[in-house]
Amino acid sequence: MENQNTESRSSWPLWEIFIRSKQGLDHKHVGSLHAVDAAMAIENARDVYTRRMEGISIWVVESKYVHASNPDEAASFYDPANDKVYRHPTFYQLPDELTHM
Amino acid sequence: MEQQTLIDYTLHLADNALVLGHRNSEWTGHGPILEQDIALSNIALDLIGQARNFYQYAARLSNEGGSWGTRAVATGGGVVAAGVTGGGGVEVTEDTLAYLRDSWDYRNCLLVEQDNGDWAKTILRLFFFSAYQYYFYQSLQQSRDRELAAIAEKSFKEVSYHLRWSSEWVIRLGDGTEESHRRMKEALDQLWKFSGELFVPADYEKVLAEKGIAVDLMAIRPQWEERVDVVFRQAGLTKPAAAWGQTGGKQGRHTEHLGYLLAEMQFLQRAYPGCEW
Repeated sequence: MENQNTESRSSWPLWEIFIRSKQGLDHKHVGSLHAVDAAMAIENARDVYTRRMEGISIWVVESKYVHASNPDEAASFYDPANDKVYRHPTFYQLPDELTHM
Repeated sequence: MEQQTLIDYTLHLADNALVLGHRNSEWTGHGPILEQDIALSNIALDLIGQARNFYQYAARLSNEGGSWGTRAVATGGGVVAAGVTGGGGVEVTEDTLAYLRDSWDYRNCLLVEQDNGDWAKTILRLFFFSAYQYYFYQSLQQSRDRELAAIAEKSFKEVSYHLRWSSEWVIRLGDGTEESHRRMKEALDQLWKFSGELFVPADYEKVLAEKGIAVDLMAIRPQWEERVDVVFRQAGLTKPAAAWGQTGGKQGRHTEHLGYLLAEMQFLQRAYPGCEW
């Protein structure tokens, strides 16, 4: 508890920043920054991450609301997909004219 | 002489933007938090960019004939006699105008040259001036001088953000903690007397406003007042009653602060004329 107190007094909360670079593309995670609220996080993101015309839309999510998978469980989570080649759509014959697949 | 009036006016606009841009850039590396350091540095760069556009235009006008300063100055190529060019003088550039004029030739408002003080003072100075520039550029876009109108159009978007950013900070600090509120009030006490000058037209502004070239300051003052009222209401701040206001910047009579600013900003070009890096 005391720890939390010092934390909140000495620094602003952390926010994860997602930027969409072009119309039609998805928002991509670009990094994180500090801000006191969502409005300031968006402005900070504008100033930190879109100075060189990188984006046309910004999402911000306070980092504490991001839940992550546990690295310790990686083996049971991801390894079983290793030998399931039939899940890849690579067995279809595609006509030569069809590109961008 | 219309050409001279237009040079004076363009230099006034350039000086305003350069001096405030330089002041804001003094925070670079010293901001209260990384993200705000970058934000204010971005704003500084916007302002210096605006200044460059105006200086380039003023330089072009000066080369056609006119005076841009009162002092003989040495440049890399030789001596420009009394800052008068046109007909055989050394070519004037944006750098000549920024780096080789003295404080009495600078025509910026007193507000923008005031020292940074604390974050509250820097924020309030930017808010007052951004609110001014917001309505000013909006109006200048209709100028009959197409060059000025074009610069105004480009700058207006930048200033819209400066106004938004500084307004939010004024509200945050004014309506924040006891300390932040006290600091905003102190900043207000220090800066209010310089806000009136923004709307007191110099001779070159009066002449050009009649011709539809310069902004009619009387027309934008009520908009500025209203914007300040709206933000101050949210910030829990009270505008001081109309009081004595200090003027003179637009005519080259400055507070002590400008000299120090120019000494630092111009040192390199003064010590090593024509130096490039």
